[in-house]
Amino acid sequence: MSLLEYAVLAGIFYGLYFALVGVGLNLIFGVMRIINLAHGDFLILGAYGAFYVFHLFGWNPLWAIPIELVVFFGLSLPLYYLLVPRLQKSGDPEMLSFILFFGLSQVIEALAVFAFGNDQRSIPASVFGGSPVTIAGQVYPASWVVSAAVGMAGITLIYLYLYHTRIGRATRAIMTERSEAVVTGISVHRVSAVAFGIGIATAALAGIFSPFMIGAIAPSLGMGITVTSFTIIVIGSLGNPLGTVLGGLLYGEALMLMQTFLTSWAEMFPYALLILVLLVKPTGLLGKAVRSA
Amino acid sequence: MPKGWRSTTLIPVITLLAFAVLPHLYNNQFLLFNMMMYMALAQGLNIIYGYTGYLPFGYVGFFGAGAYGGALAITFLHWSPYLAVLAGGGAAVLLGMILIPLFRLSGAYFSIASLAAAEALYYVVANPGLEPLTQGPYGISLPQVYDPNGAYWTMLAILLFSLIISGVIRRSRFGLALSAIRESPLSASMSGVNVVKLRSISWLLSALIAGLAGAAFGWYISVFYPETVFGLGIGVFTIVFVLFGGIGTVLGPMIGTLILYGVYNYIGISTPEYFQLAYGLLIMILVLFLPNGLVSLARKRGLNVA
Repeated sequence: MSLLEYAVLAGIFYGLYFALVGVGLNLIFGVMRIINLAHGDFLILGAYGAFYVFHLFGWNPLWAIPIELVVFFGLSLPLYYLLVPRLQKSGDPEMLSFILFFGLSQVIEALAVFAFGNDQRSIPASVFGGSPVTIAGQVYPASWVVSAAVGMAGITLIYLYLYHTRIGRATRAIMTERSEAVVTGISVHRVSAVAFGIGIATAALAGIFSPFMIGAIAPSLGMGITVTSFTIIVIGSLGNPLGTVLGGLLYGEALMLMQTFLTSWAEMFPYALLILVLLVKPTGLLGKAVRSA
Repeated sequence: MPKGWRSTTLIPVITLLAFAVLPHLYNNQFLLFNMMMYMALAQGLNIIYGYTGYLPFGYVGFFGAGAYGGALAITFLHWSPYLAVLAGGGAAVLLGMILIPLFRLSGAYFSIASLAAAEALYYVVANPGLEPLTQGPYGISLPQVYDPNGAYWTMLAILLFSLIISGVIRRSRFGLALSAIRESPLSASMSGVNVVKLRSISWLLSALIAGLAGAAFGWYISVFYPETVFGLGIGVFTIVFVLFGGIGTVLGPMIGTLILYGVYNYIGISTPEYFQLAYGLLIMILVLFLPNGLVSLARKRGLNVA
């Protein structure tokens, strides 16, 4: 029952969950080359969804999964057509997307304050059954195990979508070489809109479990979660959704080890790790292409 | 004097006159101070973003480094606040030097990395473990040098400095080389432009201006917390002001700050509860409908903007 063993195993649970946190941001960047700086805010909205499903109806937060996937996917399609095509016509979409989605993140945050107030909200971890789970001699809260399982399921579904469906193949074509994908007759906007929807829906899905894994929810937490997601996807490789799993696991492990052994510096850790990875290997651990200049 | 240089001198002169006279006509000195501060920051950001195309999303890191650099010089070295402002600029330049390797990254990678650097610095400064040095989360207090008027004139000097630097860069071979880097770093280096050197110089100048402004700000308010001077909002406000006016010009960021900071203050005072919503919507509308700023409207009418 060593502390180290406990931290390492906990890191795997956190890692699988954090892979789900980052994957949507990575999918959107990979396909559209835009930075969704409102990613964390969508995640927080997802968390509020779970909170109200539990507190208003008394349902298990797991019921929020189908509801939110449908709602967030449905709402992001019009959002895509409202924002992205126009943005991509501008001179420097990658840079301007930063500012555009920062604006969106402010709007979501402001509306969330109007709708939900500034108080911190939480869901009791006991909703997934009171008894903790014992794995390899270590005891973990059931909510960690459930979150990790949902994270793994979400990533698996995205893998199946990308590699075993027709539209998924078209999505990968756009990620590899956008202009050639257009020439072969792929409807870029239709495929991108679906990827945008999936990206935001997975953020909301991850949000459902954030009260257990990240902590009490409040409208202002979005930006921090966005930066954390960046760290994860940069480690795994920007633009490679499956690399996110590796990024998530490394991040989860490192976070758990920091929290166990170097508590007071844990807060700055994601940022320092992000810079370190960018400087040592800008393309991420699984990156192939090197960007010039 | 050639036509371009005339407007390059005219802008600082008008600015000097305006901010020298305004305190006698309008009694909210803090608002005028902030206006000058954002105008200086806008020029500082313009030097790196407007002229070379690199967007440091964590630009506020230099501002915070300047505020803390200045405050530490006053607290521990007992420097006069004027010298301490220079020390703040020096602290930001030092940070800029440490961050030069970030230029190995391009596009979004650079922006994200600079954001992470600013946040990392914030958590270092705010760490309770550093309380003996930075006071950690408990903040800085400088009652011994409190002098809003001194800080006001210092900020005006910083603003003029930033306007002159920015104007000279825009009109010189140096500025031409920077635009070449912005359009294509590869072609620029093939044409004999020393990309790494010029980019580093403009980066450090940009850092210097933010550091000076941060130190003067810290002096003016004289009580502040890590989140006051490292708040991402300061950097983002600056980016939006520059963008709204028009990047790569001297006049654009000035007009952009004047109008938008004015509007933000109006909303902030009249209906503060809607501030964040209005601010966010304004940013979105700006990017979608006016990505090249007010300057592009003037250019469409055939006007040449300084």
